[in-house]
Amino acid sequence: MSVLIFVENWDGKFKKLSFELVSYGARLAEMLGTQAVALSIGNVENSELEKLGKFGAAQIINAVNDHFDVFDGQAFSALIAGFVKQEGATVVVLSNNNSGKAIAPRLSVILKAGLGSGVSKLPLSITPFIVYTKVYSGNAFSNLTIKTDVKILTLAQNSFELIETENKAIVKNAAIDLELASVKTKVNEVQKLSGKILLTDADVVVSGGRGMKSAENWGPIVELAELLDAATACSRPVSDEGWRPHEEHTGQTGKIIAPNLYIAVGISGATQHLAGVSSSKFIVAINTDKDAPIFSAAQYGIVGDASKILPKLVEAVKELKGK
Amino acid sequence: MKILVCISQVPDTTTKVKFIDDFKKLDTTGIQWVINPWDELSLTRALELKDDASNNIQTVTVAHVGLVGSEPTIRKALAIGADDAIRINADPDDAYFVAAQLAHVLKNESYDLIFCGIESSDFNGSSVGGMLAEFLNYPSLSSVSSVKIDNGQFCITREIDGGKEIVTVPAPAVAIVQKGIAKEPRIAAMRGIMMARTKSLKVVDPVAVDSLTEVVKFEMPKPRAACRFIDPENPRQLIELLQNEAKII
Repeated sequence: MSVLIFVENWDGKFKKLSFELVSYGARLAEMLGTQAVALSIGNVENSELEKLGKFGAAQIINAVNDHFDVFDGQAFSALIAGFVKQEGATVVVLSNNNSGKAIAPRLSVILKAGLGSGVSKLPLSITPFIVYTKVYSGNAFSNLTIKTDVKILTLAQNSFELIETENKAIVKNAAIDLELASVKTKVNEVQKLSGKILLTDADVVVSGGRGMKSAENWGPIVELAELLDAATACSRPVSDEGWRPHEEHTGQTGKIIAPNLYIAVGISGATQHLAGVSSSKFIVAINTDKDAPIFSAAQYGIVGDASKILPKLVEAVKELKGK
Repeated sequence: MKILVCISQVPDTTTKVKFIDDFKKLDTTGIQWVINPWDELSLTRALELKDDASNNIQTVTVAHVGLVGSEPTIRKALAIGADDAIRINADPDDAYFVAAQLAHVLKNESYDLIFCGIESSDFNGSSVGGMLAEFLNYPSLSSVSSVKIDNGQFCITREIDGGKEIVTVPAPAVAIVQKGIAKEPRIAAMRGIMMARTKSLKVVDPVAVDSLTEVVKFEMPKPRAACRFIDPENPRQLIELLQNEAKII
């Protein structure tokens, strides 16, 4: 029995979401009276693997294979299922990010294991096994019972705190005996967003809406974001107009994010927009319309013209940061 | 080449959801049902691919798991331009149940490309597409924002954490799509609405499948504290509050 955590790497490195996953898996293992086993697939150095021990993984399985540099949902799922069986894991934990969403449902079918998607806290109960998941795009939540012996959970990003523990992890190397023929996906081109803080990873997000009036007015938003080590985002009309790229669209049909701080500038806060940001810990709204729905979701608000307020905020942050 | 688009119906995205029976069931009173937004975009892309004669696509079929009450939603998909439809006559229990039903019908069919939306706006599970692919033992690509056809293979752009990948995959395959796959959902024209009435909508009986999960209760989000307004003449105060009260910057 164990909790198996699939920990993805990015060019051999882990990031905050990896440590969130391990922290979550370790706490869950504690609830179940068992141990947390982290599974890494690909080429990751030992010094990097050992970091997972700091967050409570008792054992780290290092499955090395050059061919797993290509992400193929089908092949990864088959491989992870093999480790679940080998380890006798009763719960499998993955991130609810792009690759987690690709793997978890396939794994559910291979193992005939019920899936709880996008959980944001530990199970509400163990027997029966009930998890708390977002439904109706954040307008409600569900208590979902997983009825099978093996359970699969995907953890929403930025929803679980990092918990450091004494590092007692053992790294175990594992062989991969999967046939290469099973990898059907062929990657032709990779376009990386370099030097930018990823919207889904960011602790702070500065976002602009139609109230910004035009693409030329984005300067202070970008500047404020840089000062706060924040990512930039936008509402749907802004990406539809082509003022900002689609990757920045935050909302029900765009990115769903949960940063510690979300600053919404010139965004009225339609239901569909709030669905993408309502899990943020703090929301700040700046809008000319005091009745805009964004203010009912915000903790702090300023009623006023963004073009006058933003430069003053930029100045205040510069002073704070001593720049 | 044949394309299948899986559709689910969801409450209109502006719906304020309410629950009945001690928070065990959705109150469907007054709810307007629509095609799940991502499924609608998938259908649009499938029809765009068919419009290009060089892709040589014979049919675009929609498949749905639901009771007879969802037929207006299926007819809407036919009005938008799908050629025919399959409805599996069952009240969907969970994603596994839905995927198993679809897989059972599809294993005797030969669709080259199956589109699924990345999630449905009701249960947000991001599950059916991947599950269906695994049942059928097809490759699946997730977080897909572009699908093109090139020499009988699919050229697909998918989002990864930190960028995009352009990949090729042979048929048959499942594309699990997100925003960007099509610009705007296609709208039914009057001619399409008239034609939809006569298009084939095949009703299939479900097979016995046990669901793996069950919603025992719904909860409403906790109300947030009232917004604290800051003097627009002194926005500096906001930064001070974020630093000293909220302690987040």
